[in-house]
Amino acid sequence: MNFWAIQTLNGISFGMLLFLLAAGLSLIYGLMKILNLTHGSYYMLGGYVGLAVMRASGSFVLALLAGSAAVAVLGVVMERFFLRRFHLQELPQTMLTFGFLFIFADLALWVWGGNPQTMAKPPLLAGVTALGSLNYPTYRLFIIAAGVVVALMLWWFQDRTRVGAMLRAGVDDEEIARALGINVSLLFSLVFAMGAFLAALGGVLAGPIMGVYPGADFEVLLLGFVVVIIGGLGSLKGALVGGLLVGLLDNFGKVFFPEFALFTIFLPMALILAVRPTGLFGRE
Amino acid sequence: MTMLTIDDVHTYYGDSYILQGVSLELKPGTVVALLGRNGVGKTTLVRSIMGLTPAARGRILFKGADITRMPTWRIARAGIGLVPQGRRVFRSLTVGEHLQVTARGTGGWTLDRIVNLFPNLGSRMRSPGGKLSGGEQQMLAAARALVGNPDLLLMDEPTEGLAPLMVRDLGQAIASLKAAGTSILLVEQQLAFALRHADLVYIMSKGRIVHRCTPAELSADTETKSRYLGV
Ligand SMILES: Nc1ncnc2c1ncn2[C@@H]1O[C@H](COP(=O)(O)OP(=O)(O)OP(=O)(O)O)[C@@H](O)[C@H]1O
Ligand SMILES: [Mg+2]
Repeated sequence: MNFWAIQTLNGISFGMLLFLLAAGLSLIYGLMKILNLTHGSYYMLGGYVGLAVMRASGSFVLALLAGSAAVAVLGVVMERFFLRRFHLQELPQTMLTFGFLFIFADLALWVWGGNPQTMAKPPLLAGVTALGSLNYPTYRLFIIAAGVVVALMLWWFQDRTRVGAMLRAGVDDEEIARALGINVSLLFSLVFAMGAFLAALGGVLAGPIMGVYPGADFEVLLLGFVVVIIGGLGSLKGALVGGLLVGLLDNFGKVFFPEFALFTIFLPMALILAVRPTGLFGRE
Repeated sequence: MTMLTIDDVHTYYGDSYILQGVSLELKPGTVVALLGRNGVGKTTLVRSIMGLTPAARGRILFKGADITRMPTWRIARAGIGLVPQGRRVFRSLTVGEHLQVTARGTGGWTLDRIVNLFPNLGSRMRSPGGKLSGGEQQMLAAARALVGNPDLLLMDEPTEGLAPLMVRDLGQAIASLKAAGTSILLVEQQLAFALRHADLVYIMSKGRIVHRCTPAELSADTETKSRYLGV
């Protein structure tokens, strides 16, 4: 009994990290039609910056904020000064994000070296919490709670605020949104800032349980794409459901079929695509 | 001063040379109809005015200011409202949200007045745009342009695909807009509808303006009608 509960919670907490990553991937694609291959780098860089801030200041909260904010600025710079020149030109944009993926990977290797590093858990969250008869690591519960809070905030932003409605208008029909006076270019920057912020937040949050290491960028990018393909590109609900699903599949796959771990993710993905080519919550 | 001056505008889609020197004037408070067969470039002119497909040569002045190469959203905020061909309502936004995201400035177009003008919309405030009927979508496309309080309204074939009853309602709305002093550029294929509402008519053919006259003159001119409009 405890085994199942623990593994399920492990899968959900990892799924929440994937949701943080996929939310931005999905938002960016929905509004700008860009497949952002740099998204995994945001996650990794968030982890490294968070780690540095954590070591310098000892404050986990500061590490979370600084890591996410620094990477958000990076995302905006990428969008404003590079991607914007190639608006709606898929190939140049994808190549550009591909290039940034390598640049950031090399930079990280150069600055932080090739060895995996771990971040200390904040003391307050370092212990275990009793859930009935089950003792479960508090830090993982914290990740789940953080994911829920972010999901609620994103939902509120998209569905209940004027800027959120403008964003949906831009996703539905970018030209007409512009022609009705909405500054869609500003929304582009906002979405990149949000997407990069959330991915980096995931990277910092992952630090204490998964570590920060070279190659994390590729690894989570791959999983992030699986999430948005399953959930449906452009849908936040899809990012959440897809994230949890992939988190659980990945976790149970590693537990039961350690040699075929990726298979347990890609087979369900293929099945879902066969039935719903646009993913669970995708359009058309 | 004129509301809109289009001065020898040339526009391309890639290599296709579509607008080949279009000039047109619209005086404040008037309704100008732009007529012409399918594919002559009417929508392209609307897109050039809005900066969606900017003119390669020529100038477009709005209330005396050059808007030829302004970004689209600034042109809209300068005071031009677009009712696009095919309606193009935002399918995931409710009617209420449509009216919220485009509301801007002060010019008297309050929500109450909009609902008065388009009573059907009042009861559908919470419905997403994608779930409305064609007629309701057309009303919404007009309403969301109006809440921006534009000085000039561009309406691109607003009667396209509407049932006769809806066309009548739309005609009433245009009449009250006109009475309120709104300037309108009305692109139309339905000749009778255009003649009923316009003060002045321009006819376009193959990317050029080929005729300019009053509605009364056009009614009587069977040759021009059959040559350029096929009626
Ligand atoms: N995006 C585009 N790329 C290339 N050519 C286009 C594009 N849009 C329109 N055209 C061409 O430009 C010409 C003018 O089209 P436009 O839509 O302006 O005509 P229109 O007068 O509005 O016609 P309709 O009455 O059918 O709406 C047509 O020959 C059309 O095929
Ligand atoms: Mg047209």
